[in-house]
Amino acid sequence: MQDLLRRYGATLTGTFVLLVAFWLLALVILPNVTLFEASFRPYLPVVDVGGPKDTYSFDNYRKFLNNPVDTSFLGISFQLPIHTITFLNTVLFSALVTFITFVMSYPLAYYLAKIVNPRALPTLVLLLFVPLWVSEALRAFAWYIILTFNGPLNAALVGMGLLDAPVRWQNGVFTAYDAIVIGLVYTYVLFMLFPIYGSIQSLDTNQIEASEDLGAKWWQTHWRVILPHAKPGIASGCVMVFMLSAGSLLVPSVLPSTKSNWFTQTIQVWMLESQDWNTGAAYSFLYILLCTVVVTLVMWAFKVKLSDIAK
Amino acid sequence: MHKSRNFLGHLYMAAILFYLFMPLIIMGGAAFNDNRLPSVYPWKGFTNRWFVELFNDQVMWTSFRNTILVALAVVLIAVPLGAAGAILINSISGRVRGALYGVMVAPILMPGAVIGISTLLFWNQVNVPTGLHLSVLGQVSYIAAFVMLLVLARLQSFDPALEEAALDLGASHGQVLRRILLPHLTPALGAGAAIAFFQSIENFNVTLFTRGTSNTLTVYVFSKVRAGITPTINALALMLIGVTFLAAVIYEMRRRSLARKERLLAAPAED
Repeated sequence: MQDLLRRYGATLTGTFVLLVAFWLLALVILPNVTLFEASFRPYLPVVDVGGPKDTYSFDNYRKFLNNPVDTSFLGISFQLPIHTITFLNTVLFSALVTFITFVMSYPLAYYLAKIVNPRALPTLVLLLFVPLWVSEALRAFAWYIILTFNGPLNAALVGMGLLDAPVRWQNGVFTAYDAIVIGLVYTYVLFMLFPIYGSIQSLDTNQIEASEDLGAKWWQTHWRVILPHAKPGIASGCVMVFMLSAGSLLVPSVLPSTKSNWFTQTIQVWMLESQDWNTGAAYSFLYILLCTVVVTLVMWAFKVKLSDIAK
Repeated sequence: MHKSRNFLGHLYMAAILFYLFMPLIIMGGAAFNDNRLPSVYPWKGFTNRWFVELFNDQVMWTSFRNTILVALAVVLIAVPLGAAGAILINSISGRVRGALYGVMVAPILMPGAVIGISTLLFWNQVNVPTGLHLSVLGQVSYIAAFVMLLVLARLQSFDPALEEAALDLGASHGQVLRRILLPHLTPALGAGAAIAFFQSIENFNVTLFTRGTSNTLTVYVFSKVRAGITPTINALALMLIGVTFLAAVIYEMRRRSLARKERLLAAPAED
């Protein structure tokens, strides 16, 4: 601080502080405080706001535990509140998306960092970036076209004789969330690829050669040398893909099946259709909790710092 | 052994590129299919009527204009905020730095819908109506963090002794900022502005909850896709992909010509 004052004087330093204060207070902290506060208040007509009915309670959060319905997981059936099911499904399938994108990205990241001719690298990276700049809505829509009943995927598979009859992909072959998982993987795979690529690239190739010269099998080299070095990148990619998937509203809305529901869609219904902003705030706060838990877990499991993840 | 592994690598790279581009090509191709539903299959003949329909859609043009205006506003606000944040955080250390850093990057990790909702609730409480101005503020809250990270990285390679020297030689504080620090930060500020612009164009979640009744291009596309759809949306998609691809090609050609120049300059030294 002293240093800033000496270099830039009181006026400029004051301006920097004011700008940052505006950003952090008006755009980050106060909105979240408002969200937190609103989540404990009831949804009332305008005349009743501030009146005797306007008291703090956990009612909005209780809605998360209302309406139990029958469900089953791994063959065991039990009762769970409907919004809890949606929440758990969102977490489960976001984790699945994260895992699939990791399996897809790791070999490619290694290839880009260590195998490919360095002169071809900028062109390849640019090619990979092109789909990333195409709007998310359109990328999900592209898969909507591919997966439709009369679409090109069914036509190709039946044409090649791999399928006897066309399949309703959108309604889910394995689970109700097939199409959503496919769309999310396609949309976010590059957010996994680039952090891992960045961290593998910084590994000295001599270490890989040394490991091979000392007789390590290829999988031992990966397991003992490359993966540990790539940990910060993997942590960053996992957090990014998980949060983007769990927070996505476009992909689950464009590629739904009759039985799928994503937690963002539940929030959207509260906010924009029921116009019940208070319950919407409570559900949003649950999202913040989930986000905090996931980031903390990843930081703990991978032994990395926040500055390693957010780069 | 190594050779076969490299071959597998090339094959995998090709497969991934196919995987990434095939859906875009299929979506673009459907724009020319004379079929009421957006699909390449069955092919019912070539048409340009979806492009004509798109150009006559006034809502699309308004959404397009709104998107650009919002993106420009986001750049104008997010770049100064992010740069100020980086300069401030670079000059402090210890616990305060950690806490500030945490608050600054937290919005990057937060779901967009939550940012949109909290922005909506806060400004509603101070009686600011919904609209695209709220979308701008909501987007800035996390986009400024991207700018901050870029500028902070650039500040690591800055030599503070330059500023000391300027001050000793009698430069004013304003001159130090304008002539010493800002020129050094220019590449990071430029990259920050570009990222801010594209992040804003891409944004859907924050905008959806704060926009009121105005449209941006992503919201327009979303409502079209959900409404059951004509292939006009494919026509729009094809044009957006085309622009992206063209920009990429121009960028690549410039990079190659720069690389060639560098090689030519380096060549005599090697002789």
